[in-house]
Amino acid sequence: MSRIALAAIMLVAMTGSSAFAATRPAAKLASANVENGKAVFERWCSACHAPKASLAGTLALQTKYNGEVPAALEQRTDLTPDVVAFFVRNGVAWMAPFRKTEISDIELADLGAYLAKGPAKRTDAKRKDAKRKDKAR
Amino acid sequence: MTHLPAGLTAATFADAVKAMQATVGTEWVFTSDPDVALYRDAYSLFHDEPEERVASAAVAPANVEEVQAIVRICNARGIPLYPISTGRNLGYGGSAPVYSGSVVLDLKRMNRILSVNEGDCSCLVEPGVSYFDMYKHLRSTGSKLWLDVPDPGWGSMIGNALDSGGGYTAAPYRGHFEAQCGIEAVLADGEVLRTGMGAMPGSETWQQYRMGIGPCLDGLFRQSSLGIVTKMGFWLFPQPEAHLSCTVDLFRFADIEPLIDLVNELEYGNIFNGMPSVSSPVLTRGGGMMFAEVPAEEEMDKMVRETGQPAWRFSVSFYGPEKVIRAQWDYVQERFAKAFEGAKFREGQFTGFPLDEAAMEKASKARFGIPSLDIFAVGSRSPNNPEPSHGHIWFSAIIPRSGKGLVQANRVMRQACERLKIPLFMFSPAVTCWTRSFVLFAAVPVSNDPAENKKLREAVREVIGICAEHGWGEYRCPPAFQDAVMDSYSFNNNILRRVNERIKDALDPNGIISVGRYGVWPKRLRDGGKA
Repeated sequence: MSRIALAAIMLVAMTGSSAFAATRPAAKLASANVENGKAVFERWCSACHAPKASLAGTLALQTKYNGEVPAALEQRTDLTPDVVAFFVRNGVAWMAPFRKTEISDIELADLGAYLAKGPAKRTDAKRKDAKRKDKAR
Repeated sequence: MTHLPAGLTAATFADAVKAMQATVGTEWVFTSDPDVALYRDAYSLFHDEPEERVASAAVAPANVEEVQAIVRICNARGIPLYPISTGRNLGYGGSAPVYSGSVVLDLKRMNRILSVNEGDCSCLVEPGVSYFDMYKHLRSTGSKLWLDVPDPGWGSMIGNALDSGGGYTAAPYRGHFEAQCGIEAVLADGEVLRTGMGAMPGSETWQQYRMGIGPCLDGLFRQSSLGIVTKMGFWLFPQPEAHLSCTVDLFRFADIEPLIDLVNELEYGNIFNGMPSVSSPVLTRGGGMMFAEVPAEEEMDKMVRETGQPAWRFSVSFYGPEKVIRAQWDYVQERFAKAFEGAKFREGQFTGFPLDEAAMEKASKARFGIPSLDIFAVGSRSPNNPEPSHGHIWFSAIIPRSGKGLVQANRVMRQACERLKIPLFMFSPAVTCWTRSFVLFAAVPVSNDPAENKKLREAVREVIGICAEHGWGEYRCPPAFQDAVMDSYSFNNNILRRVNERIKDALDPNGIISVGRYGVWPKRLRDGGKA
């Protein structure tokens, strides 16, 4: 239900009368830098969205989805770069939109790629990376 | 659709955009509707109304020379320019201009920490440096220095100080404009001014002595429309050995007058240096953020007897070496025990520094100069707040630091908000960022429904008037109320505003910088000419 609900909310928001910035297509995942996306997350998002129940973003998403999806963004497996870009550029409730001098389009694509990758794939990627390094030794 | 500044042709505007692009690169001039929309005030009280204050474009320079060039481009063409530092002054206007059609000068890219001096405990920064940036820098360099932070850590050190922001650590650092030392500003003609000792080439004391010679000009740039601050120095707090927080509970309504007088004597006598607070457990039973109306003396004393809750609680804190702060706490207890029958004392948390990771997690962050965004949880969607609001505004009035002043302001404001149906979610009458007065803070949600916002605007304007009748003035406010608040400082036929206008006309004759900010308008827009 949660994915459908989220998609429905997005559709309403994106086609609604709000004059807030429309989302531009996020850059292709392949060209995005996931490591940099992690740095963007830590710089701009983690103060509200880290896995700590009392933080504004984590508290809000826990309340909104009631456990159907993880409350902390980095633990989600259903995020896409477009969803991330939509919320970054439009904001929601008390979260004001982020300007391009704060999170540039390239950084936004990196952030989207990082969050879209999901925790399991990120762990896999790390493991593979470690293996490659082992072999290189 | 571009919202051009009034009286400007599309051709002149296009010409200015081209010149700005040549200055900073096309990537850093924002003119498309979606890009410019990112500069809307997300908490605007005019959301989606014709009066919403919106930008025509935004430009983001990387250094002082680019700021000078942009100012000259705009000055030559009469284009209003609205500087923002990090644009995160949410609740007080955000990144939007006060005058529609202004080009927002976004200084976020100017984010260099120019120096941190461990010897004299100061720093010099650019406007894009946030509290998070400085904190990270201090920790990563192993600095012994703390910074004083406001609630949201993503704000600009400079922008927050210029709007008179405040924090939570020791007294000399809590008022952020008061803790600044040395300003560099670009004036409307593109010239660069340095205040204080910065005016003397080769001086090593720009961050040590604020005054220099002659009239002190720093105040020209506070909440002002006279220049664009591109550098500012600050005094930083050397990490103390420890912190101790304690409380004193008093049980009679009548204790409030002598309580505040004694708090004042102890603070101004340097017996404690942490941020004090005066609250009322019996009147905040509905939640610490909502101070109820102070009832009549007999009724309050009855409530105290029935609930066992103290009438007043003085929270006091100390930074310093353990043996010193424990002695200070002993002295505070001695003075209160002598002055108040039945005073109860509680020694709270003792914390040594530096904090380890585990202590950091539990720490009262702002008290220890650690930036965060924790405050936003008060408005988050939560089981108690299932439908979060669109944003919020602050009402922040300076009221007397006396028992009588606190009680009177509390009653007048509570009754006014009740009558005008202002939906407060925070009401705190005795905030002490500044040591010599109280600030009465009230927070109110804003809506995205124009009808609701219209009602709220009218109600808040009435409250501004009621406060002014009592001599209580706001020290800071969202753009929607800046004219009304400036009008309320009305001594001698509003000479404060009139002198501000004379200075504005002299320094910025074309009236381009921060048009309308805090109720000061250039000549062409005065007396009903405002757009």
